[in-house]
Amino acid sequence: MNWTAVATIYKAEMARFWRTFLQSFISPVLSTSLYFVVFGSAIGSRIQEVDGVEYGAFIVPGLVMLSVITQSISNASFGIYFPKFIGNIYEILSAPINFLEVVAGFVGAAATKSLFIGTVILCTASLFVDLSVQHPLAMVAFLVLTCLSFSLMGFIIGIWAGNFEQLQLVPLLVVTPLVFLGGSFYSISMLPPVWQTITLFNPVVYLVSGFRWAFFGQADVPVLLSLCAIGGFTLACVGVIWWIFKTGWRIRA
Amino acid sequence: MAAILSIRDLRKTYDGGFQALKGVSLEIEEGEILALLGPNGAGKTTLISTICGITTATSGVVSVGGFDNVGQFRQARALIGLVPQEITLEPFTKVLDTVTFSRGLFGKPADPALVEEVLRKLSLWEKRDSRIMDLSGGMKRRVLIAKALAHEPRILFLDEPTAGVDVELRKDMWEIVWELKADGVTIILTTHYIEEAEAIADRVGVITGGELLLVEEKEQLMARMGQKQLEVQLTAPVEVIPAALAQHNLQIVNGGDALLYTYDTRAERTGITTLLNDVAEAGLVLADVQTRESSLEDIFVGLVSAGAASEDAA
Repeated sequence: MNWTAVATIYKAEMARFWRTFLQSFISPVLSTSLYFVVFGSAIGSRIQEVDGVEYGAFIVPGLVMLSVITQSISNASFGIYFPKFIGNIYEILSAPINFLEVVAGFVGAAATKSLFIGTVILCTASLFVDLSVQHPLAMVAFLVLTCLSFSLMGFIIGIWAGNFEQLQLVPLLVVTPLVFLGGSFYSISMLPPVWQTITLFNPVVYLVSGFRWAFFGQADVPVLLSLCAIGGFTLACVGVIWWIFKTGWRIRA
Repeated sequence: MAAILSIRDLRKTYDGGFQALKGVSLEIEEGEILALLGPNGAGKTTLISTICGITTATSGVVSVGGFDNVGQFRQARALIGLVPQEITLEPFTKVLDTVTFSRGLFGKPADPALVEEVLRKLSLWEKRDSRIMDLSGGMKRRVLIAKALAHEPRILFLDEPTAGVDVELRKDMWEIVWELKADGVTIILTTHYIEEAEAIADRVGVITGGELLLVEEKEQLMARMGQKQLEVQLTAPVEVIPAALAQHNLQIVNGGDALLYTYDTRAERTGITTLLNDVAEAGLVLADVQTRESSLEDIFVGLVSAGAASEDAA
């Protein structure tokens, strides 16, 4: 492994984050606060409890997931798409580094950013509701794995995208609906039976459920299944990226 | 001198079926400046991209300093610095940061003193804290060169370093190239400016239609292909070439005011003395004589059009 190169890419990507630190920091804090005002207070005051958890607290894991997933995808896809768009990807392609090192640098930085944002949201949330974490280790594991796997997915989107519209397309048309319908704001036991079955095809359900289990000790689906789902998704993304670099798809003529 | 870069039968066919390289073989010696001359779309950039690993070759072997550029890509690429044709720089980064980045990307430990030296050499040190977007086009090109030099490459590729650059800056670029050569860096540059190849190259390769037509010492090429012309200006115009001068294959130019004599610089006897004697004997009075040498450009146009003609015939 060429660790110097990995660290160089990582630092350059993080530098972009610090340059826009204020907006990176303020926008998740603001949007989380808005969710709490609207869902937690205005609507939540009319919903007492879901599965024995106060509604305001119940939505926290889903909210964190929502932000972490969208941030991971947008950070990582932009990170690799930008050099492609500007043209300075030539430098990465002609450097003495392999695909693992490129991915480690870009995805590592993107995951770090979203991990940071996830933490900021958790802190903001704890200002609004009483949060207890029953399985802190599992909580961290789910958070880190989610950051990592969706940053990998974002990396793939960034390589696939041929223009800025396409860069927005997958997050907008696929990821946002999946996250919103993935039980971020409700328990799937609240759905009619048919939809409960259909919803199980949504991978985000497993993430939100596992993450929520780490907080409140209860889940829509078995925790082990959640872990397998996120682990499998991560491996699938690594596989796709390996194939991309092997064939040069969309990056190397 | 040993070959630092060896290319054997390199072929590249793009997905669309376009054959950009049709079996290029080339040996480049350490420390030389090789100019690859060719019209737009000749395959110059594809050749460079394939050597550097940006494009995957369809077939053929490239060895850089003895390392295969695919199997031993780490060692091979570490020796190469690439300056691309287009200005491809992140607009918001600072000069010092982007050059430092390039060094790190190649796995070299940080070396601020070396980066400073590179920046000073390229007159960029004063601009080290400027953002790329605040630099002039010429400065941006220098930054690209600085980035390529930051990891101390032994071979530097310059892909059309002076395309769209004003005369002043072009001269500066040439100076930089000479200095690098003095430092022992092997330089391969592509250009479609003949005078550039003529001015700075040790050897010239002519590439067109994905084929390397020839690679030769610049002087040899010019001597081999070069013809000199002698223009004999007359005090009184002639309409036909006098019979006494028939053996010299003269042309009437300037509406009869001058006769043009073409001769070979390699020949033992240029025939000028005989010609001038014959001119005097034919009763013509000389007003002036002038000689001119064919430039690399004439040679190049001749080669490329010959190449195109043989392709049409095939």
